[in-house]
Amino acid sequence: MFRLLCLLASLLLIPAASQAQESFEATAAPLAGSFTAQAEAVERLGALGDPRALPLLQALAEGRLQKQADGTLLIAQNGAVREALSGAPAAGPGEVVRINNRVRAALRGALGRLQLMSPEEAVRAAAAEGLFRSRSAENIPLLEQALARETVPAVGRRMEMALAAARLMSGDVATRRAGIATLGASSSAEARGLLLEARAAGAETADGIDAAIAAIDGRLKLRQMAETAFQGLSLGSILLLAALGLAVTFGVMGVINMAHGEMVMLGAYTTVMVQEALRGIPWLAAWSLPLSVPAAFLVTAAVGVALERGLIRHLYGRPLETLLMTFGVGMILQQAVRLIFGAQNREVVSPAWMQGTLTLPGDVTVTQNRLWIILFALVVLGLTVAAIRFTRFGLEMRAVVQNRRIAATMGIRTGRVDAMTFAFGSGIAGMAGVAVSQIDNVSPNLGTGYIIDSFMVVVFGGVGSLAGTMIGAFTLGLVNKMLEPWAGAVLAKIAVLVGIMLFIQRRPKGLFALRGRAAEQ
Amino acid sequence: MTVRFPVSRRALLGAAAGALAMPAIRPALAQGSGPIKVGVLHSLSGTMAISETALRDTVLMMVEDQNRKGGVLGRKLEAVVVDPASNWPLFAEKARELLQVHKVDVTFGCWTSVSRKSVLPVFEELNGLLFYPVQYEGEEQSKNVFYTGAAPNQQAIPAVEYLMSEDGGGARRIALLGTDYVYPRTTNRILRAFLNSKGIADADILEEYTPFGHSDWQGIVSRVKQFASQGKKTAIVSTINGDANVPFYRELGNQGIKAEDIPSVAFSVGEEELAGIDTKPLVGHLAAWNYFMSVDSPVNTEFKKMWASYIKNPKRVTNDPMEATYTGFRMWTQAVGQAKTTAVDAVRSAMYGQKVEAPCGYTEQMFENHHLSKPVMIGEIMENGQFNVVYKTPTAIKAENWSPFIPENANRAKAG
Repeated sequence: MFRLLCLLASLLLIPAASQAQESFEATAAPLAGSFTAQAEAVERLGALGDPRALPLLQALAEGRLQKQADGTLLIAQNGAVREALSGAPAAGPGEVVRINNRVRAALRGALGRLQLMSPEEAVRAAAAEGLFRSRSAENIPLLEQALARETVPAVGRRMEMALAAARLMSGDVATRRAGIATLGASSSAEARGLLLEARAAGAETADGIDAAIAAIDGRLKLRQMAETAFQGLSLGSILLLAALGLAVTFGVMGVINMAHGEMVMLGAYTTVMVQEALRGIPWLAAWSLPLSVPAAFLVTAAVGVALERGLIRHLYGRPLETLLMTFGVGMILQQAVRLIFGAQNREVVSPAWMQGTLTLPGDVTVTQNRLWIILFALVVLGLTVAAIRFTRFGLEMRAVVQNRRIAATMGIRTGRVDAMTFAFGSGIAGMAGVAVSQIDNVSPNLGTGYIIDSFMVVVFGGVGSLAGTMIGAFTLGLVNKMLEPWAGAVLAKIAVLVGIMLFIQRRPKGLFALRGRAAEQ
Repeated sequence: MTVRFPVSRRALLGAAAGALAMPAIRPALAQGSGPIKVGVLHSLSGTMAISETALRDTVLMMVEDQNRKGGVLGRKLEAVVVDPASNWPLFAEKARELLQVHKVDVTFGCWTSVSRKSVLPVFEELNGLLFYPVQYEGEEQSKNVFYTGAAPNQQAIPAVEYLMSEDGGGARRIALLGTDYVYPRTTNRILRAFLNSKGIADADILEEYTPFGHSDWQGIVSRVKQFASQGKKTAIVSTINGDANVPFYRELGNQGIKAEDIPSVAFSVGEEELAGIDTKPLVGHLAAWNYFMSVDSPVNTEFKKMWASYIKNPKRVTNDPMEATYTGFRMWTQAVGQAKTTAVDAVRSAMYGQKVEAPCGYTEQMFENHHLSKPVMIGEIMENGQFNVVYKTPTAIKAENWSPFIPENANRAKAG
């Protein structure tokens, strides 16, 4: 209440221009004080409408505001430190003024007020967002004015929401009802929160609020379903990427490769290496992630060739020995990486275009990195299918799989095809590693988390069927994410495993069983 | 100084062979003329390596520092490092190896409570001495363990009180997110009882657990967003441990959860864990500890200087469990000096009442409940990955390892 009075008092002071100079300085001084004093000063500066407040508050928000022992405020900009109020160069840097969340929230509202008329579209949008969250009935005239001159529809919509939130705080019932109507037409979870808060505060508009909340809930339900579906697709795309390489080595060649997870891990480490190598070259560094894709493919394919030629080819037709041997190779690779790179996780920087969220129609928000990974998984799947269907290598591969001896009599070098196929599968795993590095920790035991899932997908989808692998991966991802909300992350995973066990009992060959002579061998 | 790095299974064989080769020397060592052996039982690989490796380095630094000062009781210290590899049963095996094969006089080790529970029977059976440097859920007090990290009343409860205060945002709905093991489950049980006692109903509490190393946080983070849209200020209390924190914070940042709207307070995330994350989207999220690297105190300046000159890598930071290791180590050397022996029973009695000027800027004292008195600090993540202390208690607080918020402890309080 006291704060409100202060605010009103300072609003009344604005017309008295002669006093503005003194009152501005007096208002700004507590910025060097306690968090409570800071928050109050920020609110008052925002209400004052003095243009000098903007650089001051921006400096505070960005950690560039400093104070000297006597309380003089300084602003650091481009390496130079100046006195905040007089603009005179300061003798030396002061102590940085720290803020807490309460001050930060106050800053958002104050900056929102000061920047709502900014010529830049993004600044106006952020200002409207800030006012939406800080909501105060005093912002109504300001927002109405800004809304009237706004030309960009997207920013205008945000301002409408901010205006509705401000109206909700008004003392006038009709104004409140107008705000409720606007919020009720949105599908935002935040708006729902505001309405519930307002319902607890006053009873006059309870009926309108209940109707508005019911309307939002209907849309929110749809939106949540869409988001769950997206999360399922995202998990499915990771499973698909991890399993695709295995679908080639295990599904097509029949090699039980327990070192498959380590191929994913090597791909992730290649991403780290490429990123570190390119760090010194600014114009290339932004492209380090796309460049890691071919690099990871080549590195893991090379490891795959060495593994196949050196060890696995001696064990064809002996699945148990192959399993044990590749398991050992996996452990050796893990330990080797641990010795070379250390046991600590490595940091992979996400490029700016993979950060943040994208808002789709209907307010459905999806995270950028997951979206890119889904697209990447589909592209890799497309390339794999194309390579097997339409290239000479794919033709030879299929021939060797169907009948090794006839293929050899036709002049195909079956040993070379085996090596190439294994390299191809390993290379795909390496590309999966690039994607995984964006969402998981890059550590030597990264691969152990993916090997079980990969086998699960391949067996569930049907050994030897790429379509089965794709459908299997997305099915498991979606089922997992739909179970998660009511079973929890741990139980959902167990439920999926149990489900697969039951399914395999009924259909031992998976979703898409191979038919014909090849399957009977 | 010699430091041995035995590698997992081979270590037993190698050490056994060594013991066979020097039958004449071995008994002499045990009786106290050779070096005093300090066991280091921290995971150097696996999901906990992100947190525990720095603690191994801290013990090695303290040993080197003590030797430069002439050792303890005129004898040099020798560190014996083993790697339990974030594998809980292996912790017990490695503890037994330290006590029986290497005959260490004291051990500094463990991070997760599940690893401590795993080694506890071994230390009790063989009457060893373990210094445990990490905040934990309490509900334990062994005569063979000194707990130099915080009990719930020295970390979890003050942190939640802060979230509910005006400065912390006045939260009235709390999402408890944790890794699925004993520490988060017990802490959340205590916190739930505490929140209920403060008038927060069960409907306003969300509890979610995930496995170690969990990386797909999108579902849980969007559920928290939904949980936050009920018209009451919401906050997250995170007991997520190990490297699962990296994708968790990344998801918070990606889904645009700002600290002003839904602040999160973490109990197992310090400067070391933040080193692998882009902290810009996380500014304002909180952590509760008893020490932060940014604390301004003469002992801390000394501690940071010592660390910098030992590790020779300007990027390596100090954190709370490292400080607790430092404090525990200093106390142990004081107690050994006072007891004039490294025998476990004598050192134990000498430990009670020991005081150390800790880097957190307060004097910490060991009480007979085997726990330290500690100040509580709440820090906000800054852009540079350090913490800005926004709240601290005026004095060090005595530990309540048996929480009054767990009903079974009522009898214990009466009996004790």
